[in-house]
Amino acid sequence: MKKPDVLSFLLRWLVRAAALVTTVLVLVIAGYVLINGVPQLKPSLFALKYTTSNVSMLPALLNTLMMTGLSLFIAAPLGAFSAIYLVEYAKRGNRLVKVIRLASETLAGIPSIVYGLFGLIFFVTALKWGYSLLAGAFTLAMMVLPVLMRTTEEALLAVPDSYREGSFGLGAGRLRTVFTIVLPAAVPGILAGVILAVGRVAGETAALIYTAGALEELVKSPLDSAATLSVHMYHLAGEGLHVKESYATAVVLMVMVLGINGLSSLAAGKMSKGGKCAS
Amino acid sequence: MTAPVKKGRAQGLLQRNNEAVARFVFLAAACVCVLCVALICAYLFATALPALAKIGPLQFLGGVRWDPNRNIFGILPMLVGSVCVTGGAILFGVPVGLLTAVYLAKFAGSRTAGVLRPLVSLMAGLPSIVYGFFGLVVLVPLLRELLGGPGRGKSILTASILLGMMILPTIIGVSESALRAVPGSYHEGALALGASHERSTFFVVLPAAKSGILASIVLGVGRAVGETMAVVMVAGNQARLPGGVLEGVRTMTANIVLEMGYAQDLHREALIATATALFVFILLINLLLARVKRGDRA
Repeated sequence: MKKPDVLSFLLRWLVRAAALVTTVLVLVIAGYVLINGVPQLKPSLFALKYTTSNVSMLPALLNTLMMTGLSLFIAAPLGAFSAIYLVEYAKRGNRLVKVIRLASETLAGIPSIVYGLFGLIFFVTALKWGYSLLAGAFTLAMMVLPVLMRTTEEALLAVPDSYREGSFGLGAGRLRTVFTIVLPAAVPGILAGVILAVGRVAGETAALIYTAGALEELVKSPLDSAATLSVHMYHLAGEGLHVKESYATAVVLMVMVLGINGLSSLAAGKMSKGGKCAS
Repeated sequence: MTAPVKKGRAQGLLQRNNEAVARFVFLAAACVCVLCVALICAYLFATALPALAKIGPLQFLGGVRWDPNRNIFGILPMLVGSVCVTGGAILFGVPVGLLTAVYLAKFAGSRTAGVLRPLVSLMAGLPSIVYGFFGLVVLVPLLRELLGGPGRGKSILTASILLGMMILPTIIGVSESALRAVPGSYHEGALALGASHERSTFFVVLPAAKSGILASIVLGVGRAVGETMAVVMVAGNQARLPGGVLEGVRTMTANIVLEMGYAQDLHREALIATATALFVFILLINLLLARVKRGDRA
């Protein structure tokens, strides 16, 4: 082995140092939140009722679940159907397809605060829904639509063409082929996309402040205002009166979102393994 | 379509109808995202343009004072704020991110990569409010003690560092795949000519992945410009032109989130116009990204 020159030596250590910096940063953020937050977790923080003296996070947590469920209920079928159109129906080089792709790329780039503001103008004011769970869920649905479209598209593209040919060969129509052959094979990939979207929705703040409002109570109807966990945390941290509770909320939020993302990569991993078996 | 022929024409027709309906449903779903973009554009511009006409486009984009109480709406301080903070984020995020990507693509063993990669995706998954909280309770006091300054820890510098951390996963992910897409023969060719592994990586592979790396930076810029919650918690939010990196600053996103709660009439419209300016900014960045990507293929 040749003795490396000075420049090579420097470059190698530079690269290693950068990797170390990245590692340390992740560990510091996650570690700091965990170490300071876990001791602050008390049963009283999970009381069913939010009061000014006991800033319970349970209502916000349950609101987050409902918000996530509702927005995915709206966006997931739309995303899946769009992807089915793009992959299974549209002809190559179709001009409409180009427009759709351009639109979904544009949607993916829009900052969440702009979504929030649009939600305020359109859902809250123009449609007169007020600050509500419904307005928030629709805003978030728009926001995660491109994510769902892209992941479903990838999952459908990963299904080998021989599946479709086999199905057509046996006399099935396109619709039947899609629903009985292609979709079941693509389920893990689609699921991974859905879970990824759940993670994004659960951690979102800026798009919700002016659409879902800040009422710290369990929603009773879709037209009620509903603060989610991240909005709850924004208010706690902004007021600066409940530092301990902020730490605790940060932990719950972080663990929840990271857990969801972990599930997503697990599902995606299953997909690639399934693909290997099939080929 | 051939199988049910025996069962008669009626069923065949029914099935063909089903196919047509399904096709229409899928097409309609696919058009929803076009509709979303159209709605967003229509509603934002419909409010922003009249407001712009009332305030005066030059007054709005070039005015250095933002004083809603006196109906003075100049967003230049916020434009400068967004640019400063984003530039700072690039300054901090790109070198570390790019070098980490090089490490992951060319230097790391499979075991270290197996540890580092999940950590990077963990970083990508953290909600921005958690970053903001971390910045507020760790970075702000730290910089206040170390450097002081007029912003008392909440400054351009703090926001830049925090945003630099937030764009790291984007830079690392996109750059790494760009580096991996460079054919191995480039690297081997350089090695065969006597270059060391490091020299070949930096002077042959890295330039070959240029457009992908550029794309990662543009994506990072997009993320930094649009970031709201984290910035609002650490940037200080004073709506005036900053005089130094230790002074507080307000970004366009922060301007919206801070004042929308109580804004009325022209003030409200001016905020929507701010969002529209941000939207146009992002569209331009996307356009740039598309060009960079096209350059890759050529």
